[in-house]
Amino acid sequence: MEAATAPAVAAFHVTKKFPGVIANEDVTFDVRVGEVHALLGENGAGKTTLSNILTGLYRPDSGWLEVLGEKITFQSPRDAIAAGIGMVHQHFRLIPTFTVAENIALGSAHDPIGGRFDIAAIEERIVALSESFDLPVDPRAKIWQLSVGEQQRVEILKVLYRDARVLIMDEPTAVLTPVESEALASTMQSMARNGRSVVFISHKLGEVASIADRVTVLRHGRSVETVTENDVNALASLMVGRSVESVKQTSESISLFVADSAPVVLEISDLCANGDRGLKALNGVSLDVRAGEIVGVAGVAGNGQRELVEILAGLRRSSSGSVQVDGESLENGSTRHPIRLGVSYVPQDRMGTGLAPDLSIAENMALKKYRRPPVSRPPFLRQSVIDSEARELMAQFDVRAPSETTPTRRLSGGNVQKVLLAREMSGDPKVLVIASPSQGLDVGAVAIVHQLLLDAAGKGVGILLVSEDLDEVLSLSHRIAVMYEGRILDTVNRVDADVQRIGLLMGGQMEESA
Amino acid sequence: MSINDNIFVVIMASAIFYGTPLVFASLGEVLAERSGVLNLGVEGMMLLGAVAAAWVSTNVGGPAIVVLPLAILAAMVAAGLGASIHAFLTITLRVNQIISGLALTIFAGAAGLSSYLAGIWHLGQTPVANQFLRLDVFGLADAPIVGPILFHQTLLTYFSWILVIAASLYLFKTRMGLHLRAVGESPQTADSVGIPVARYRYGHVILGGSFAGIAGACFSLMIVPTWVDGMTAGQGWIALALVIFGFWRPDLMLVGAYLFGALSSLSLTLQARGFHISTAFLAALPYVMTIVVLVIASNASSRRQLGAPAALGKPYEREER
Repeated sequence: MEAATAPAVAAFHVTKKFPGVIANEDVTFDVRVGEVHALLGENGAGKTTLSNILTGLYRPDSGWLEVLGEKITFQSPRDAIAAGIGMVHQHFRLIPTFTVAENIALGSAHDPIGGRFDIAAIEERIVALSESFDLPVDPRAKIWQLSVGEQQRVEILKVLYRDARVLIMDEPTAVLTPVESEALASTMQSMARNGRSVVFISHKLGEVASIADRVTVLRHGRSVETVTENDVNALASLMVGRSVESVKQTSESISLFVADSAPVVLEISDLCANGDRGLKALNGVSLDVRAGEIVGVAGVAGNGQRELVEILAGLRRSSSGSVQVDGESLENGSTRHPIRLGVSYVPQDRMGTGLAPDLSIAENMALKKYRRPPVSRPPFLRQSVIDSEARELMAQFDVRAPSETTPTRRLSGGNVQKVLLAREMSGDPKVLVIASPSQGLDVGAVAIVHQLLLDAAGKGVGILLVSEDLDEVLSLSHRIAVMYEGRILDTVNRVDADVQRIGLLMGGQMEESA
Repeated sequence: MSINDNIFVVIMASAIFYGTPLVFASLGEVLAERSGVLNLGVEGMMLLGAVAAAWVSTNVGGPAIVVLPLAILAAMVAAGLGASIHAFLTITLRVNQIISGLALTIFAGAAGLSSYLAGIWHLGQTPVANQFLRLDVFGLADAPIVGPILFHQTLLTYFSWILVIAASLYLFKTRMGLHLRAVGESPQTADSVGIPVARYRYGHVILGGSFAGIAGACFSLMIVPTWVDGMTAGQGWIALALVIFGFWRPDLMLVGAYLFGALSSLSLTLQARGFHISTAFLAALPYVMTIVVLVIASNASSRRQLGAPAALGKPYEREER
């Protein structure tokens, strides 16, 4: 087959540097016509930079690209589109106030630029495309009216509408429900069967192994190897460059119980609160966390977890009920009081709520202690202390960054989480409230974050772990509380945990034979 | 007494007359803002246009039918040059748009470049040689009610109507208009589909500026009609408020412009009729209204609801990391 001789697209020795960071170094790989090719790598391994080079958004500092065997230089995304390369971005490039058809036709070379905008003809073409690729969507709907899965279909249609032969998909399943992910996998395979090529960027081993024909592994910005491997463990060690087994064993070796004599550090009783829309979000939640204990809160998002966590952090007022931290009751709606009582908080929205993205690592780490010596000598801050403390914490928590003055927005997801944990753990907290600690992190970073949580519990911190990831909750928690519609349906010890029953509880199913 | 002397007919006719520069100026501003660039230099650009038009009208010989278009063209070029400074600063150098726009108004405006040019050109001592006069369209100028309002205006007013229709069609019915709105809503998205963001922004900021130049020419060739230092008297700021008032839509902005035009003419009309209302109060009305509109729109979330382009005021840089 011709495909073997002329790859749909190929990169040779591509290097791209940003100030202080080498994003890609000597990356070489090729994508055949009609294959699903995965780019596998941890966060920060350079996958997104590479895809931005393939789509003409960035220009490589050295190295070159070939399309169908011919060397090519992209000056802008327009050139890449003309060469048949289209990108489905992880963060959708859609304009919420425009219709589906307007978004899809935007910038397309199908019609002359000066001409009238014949929306009816465009809609017709979209319907035809969406039928042939089984991507149902209403071309007249406005983007803001669509679900995330539908918006992604629009993104894919946008690329197909431009006759792209190569579709680059950046972490496409990150925003999808499991059912939507399966549909997407079959879409990708049907596109490949139709002679298109799919470059599928992911750090999820399972889906890479099951969907991709070949896998190119990126590590620290370099292309490590291209393999046809579909064994998850082999891919994992290629991706992180070490065995991930060791961490798993640690998490299984934690004690199964916390002694009854351990003091209760967090006592939530009969807590009620309203959500953002004024509807009741918490409906009588009661829960205890002992010192050194990890209590996992499992449940489908939107069942009151966010409100619960925000009350504990002082970001939301409860309407009734009480929260006691180490015997002292928490002032309602004060953010400083929980900090003073020793409540640490790592939010789910790390960049928005957790950190100030434009401030440096050192400044972010000082955000909770700037009122007290030694960081502060009122009315001045002592920059040298802030910097040296930050350097210590960075070493202790293995934060990888050029220096402590690097703005946190430049960090990869795993390092962001480490900076947050370093700040929150450094004040010797009694309680740590943490939401979705591993969301968006790669395997290696997840293992490190989990280990940090276990260490914290080992030091006697009571941890309330809120996560949608049931595996995470099961592997870390001593006890598991299942939340559904603002209530805790049941709390079980990990030893007694029955995954199927927890799954049913998460769906609001209380079994009859209780 | 003819029906055409009725106070409402008089006010509506003069509302359109006095509102005409506002139509041009706000139309120009909406083009810039739809591309995501806020240009607070409207007032300055209008004065540049006014002084350039006054010079051509006074110093270029020939029949009015030749001189007046030349004067308008000169106004567009002068204001367009002013706008291109703003474009270079904000699009290429990514200077804060508010600061750059204010600087443009201070640099070009009253007691600035426009006064200097008027000084060395000795403008303002006499009325301009060629001016836009009220026409009698289809001989209907005296028709009851509609005559004075619709058929007894100057060419500039009729030209502004054509531009409003053209701009509406351009924004909402053409591919380029769609691209322009995309650039203003999300330059990242526009860039990712190959729309040249900087080129769109430059083009529309400069074109928009040249419209502000026509607005200035309305003062020196039609309303006053001579050169007076600072003659636009803050109408450029009103045009900025009008863009918000009209939800970034040319058709609604036209209505708003005439509403402000009516307020502007109110003091003259009522005074002439012997009403005893403080003229200072009446003259202040359009500015009070401007403040009210700007206060409502100053809140970011309400701005979004009103339909402001999402990327308005934000510089775009591609290789951001």
